[in-house]
Amino acid sequence: MKLKALLAVVLSLATAGIASAEGASTTAAQHPEPQQWAWDGVFGKFDRQQLQRGYQVYKEVCAACHGMHLVSFRNLSQPGGPEFTEAQMKAIAASFKVPALNENGEVVERTGIPADRFPSPYPNEAAARAANNNAYPPDLSVIIKARHDGANYVHALITGYSDAPAGFQLLPGLNYNPYFEGHQIAMPAPLVSDGQVTWPEGNPPATKDQMAKDVVAFLTWAAEPKLEERKAMGVQVIIFLLVLSALLYLAYKRLWRDVDH
Amino acid sequence: MSHGNYSYTPTNALTKWLDARLPIVRFVDEHLMQFPTPKNLNYWYTFGGILAFMLVVQIISGVVLAMHYVPHETLAFDSVERIMRDVNYGWLLRYVHANGASMFFIAVYLHIFRAYYYGSYKAPREVLWILGIIIYLLMMATGFLGYTLPWGQMSFWGATVITNFFSAIPFVGESITQWLWGSFAVDNSTLQRFFSLHYLLPFVIAGVVVLHIWALHVPGNNNPLGIDVKGPADTVAFHPYYTTKDGFALVVFVLFFSLFVFFMPNMLGHTDNYVPANRLVTPAHIVPEWYYLPLYAVLRSVPDKLAGVLLMFGAIFVWALLPWLDTSKVRSNKFRPIYRQFYWILMAVILILGYLGAQTADDSNVVIPWTGVELPIGKLLLSQICTVYYFLHFFLITPAIGLWETPDPLPESISKAVLAKKSGSSAPAAAA
Repeated sequence: MKLKALLAVVLSLATAGIASAEGASTTAAQHPEPQQWAWDGVFGKFDRQQLQRGYQVYKEVCAACHGMHLVSFRNLSQPGGPEFTEAQMKAIAASFKVPALNENGEVVERTGIPADRFPSPYPNEAAARAANNNAYPPDLSVIIKARHDGANYVHALITGYSDAPAGFQLLPGLNYNPYFEGHQIAMPAPLVSDGQVTWPEGNPPATKDQMAKDVVAFLTWAAEPKLEERKAMGVQVIIFLLVLSALLYLAYKRLWRDVDH
Repeated sequence: MSHGNYSYTPTNALTKWLDARLPIVRFVDEHLMQFPTPKNLNYWYTFGGILAFMLVVQIISGVVLAMHYVPHETLAFDSVERIMRDVNYGWLLRYVHANGASMFFIAVYLHIFRAYYYGSYKAPREVLWILGIIIYLLMMATGFLGYTLPWGQMSFWGATVITNFFSAIPFVGESITQWLWGSFAVDNSTLQRFFSLHYLLPFVIAGVVVLHIWALHVPGNNNPLGIDVKGPADTVAFHPYYTTKDGFALVVFVLFFSLFVFFMPNMLGHTDNYVPANRLVTPAHIVPEWYYLPLYAVLRSVPDKLAGVLLMFGAIFVWALLPWLDTSKVRSNKFRPIYRQFYWILMAVILILGYLGAQTADDSNVVIPWTGVELPIGKLLLSQICTVYYFLHFFLITPAIGLWETPDPLPESISKAVLAKKSGSSAPAAAA
């Protein structure tokens, strides 16, 4: 049992997981600061420009280690998302290499097409662990929904790296981050300097905070691509039901008017 | 009201012909339209209709989801995500189904506690009441089986924890658990049989619901006064009087339901269930769905597994004994000044147990939610006190108060009480 518990702790630390070490009260994760998000609230919508910038951060920073196997390139030009043009989306797909078989049955790489999913940079989990000090970079498709307070958490996590406080025993190969359960995370700080990503003219300056917010926006869309459709339908449904309930209430009162009850 | 005083007469040749062969029109007319219903039912009585509606919603959304879902350990998680992304309105179906389960339980708890408050379990409605408990147990099983299907971390570990209950049975526990798993651990064979059973049980529920309504239509509805219907002056026809009232309440309920589906669809779920199942990583904190939390707290209040499991099932089965544990002749708590207080104490205890069930199992003190105020009592001790009180309520307080309490005078009839209330009398009973 002890071995199993230890294994669980090691694995969870290594996988940016959810298990926490026993007696973690001194290293319990710090609560992320709440941010203002464009998609918050009943009428919230994504900011297309922000999603496109966030995609660029994902491609140039996150995609070096993480995959997103539930999201297809074609999704990038669908309504309610970054809404890249068809041509832009096809160019994005072509900029990725995906594994395939050739006519001789050999494993080869080919350029991506819109129907392909965002590939993982590693052929399998063992290869990913071998390349990352035995840590497994998780798939990011639904990461925002897979963490408590996901958007604020991921924003805080990728901007929250700091030096370990004096006396803190940091295991070799791990990094200090107070927003991570246990405070030791295998992932090195992904955003290291302002201007790490170069955006086209007319976008806000690429500060670390802005890049973090934009990639969180992109990952939120990736986790919930039907968010805008859902909220828009929700408003219509609620209005319809309010009118219907008012009519039914009047019918009910009218009908019962002559009944003593 | 029992059968016998209906006035259905077939009006044309076709209905006359049909009435002599399969009197289905007569049945609908007698049971869904003319059925005499006490005229003083309040909004708490609308949850029966709401529950029937929710069962239909769950079955329809579930049947369509099953067309797209793949019950295999390597494919289940991704097939659910495919429903969310690529199936037309798949996100709507899934969020309706997942939140629908919670709405179903909200409605069933209100329905049960309403029946409890107004004494609807007492003679002659004991069978109706026990059928209701059976439906609730079937719902618990269906909800649990459904929660395992997305094969996320909570699905997997929840299934592991719940199926391990059966390993507490002496001698044969391990064999039974392996028989349930279809394997030596929770794995693909478990997922596939859970899917099969999750599809089956709602139809079993539908069958028991038919019995439940049948048992309701023999004595007729109870009512907030808890007194028998004395004559036609006390009742109205179910249709259109209660179809409109229930219809209005249903739409308000669907409004509430819609707020979750469209604006906070994941609030009642757990984030860990968006992490694919991983048998090597145990979540720090395995919590069941909210509707099991009070029972989960009862389970954890005993250090011994078998005792905990027995106590937890006992906490449900004790409700089935209620018609015989309650010694009072008066049904409604409206006329039971003492027992009414204990009704609300029990509700508070169940809520506290629910809160404790959601907390981590450690020896820290209770913290009042939202205020952060720490109470000088351990979580375990408080759950033990609440569990003991819960059983005392049924086995000691309920029979004792029934014998000892002097109930308030009952009104002579529903219509007299209604008229007294209408004429502004503050004490309807006094008029009788």
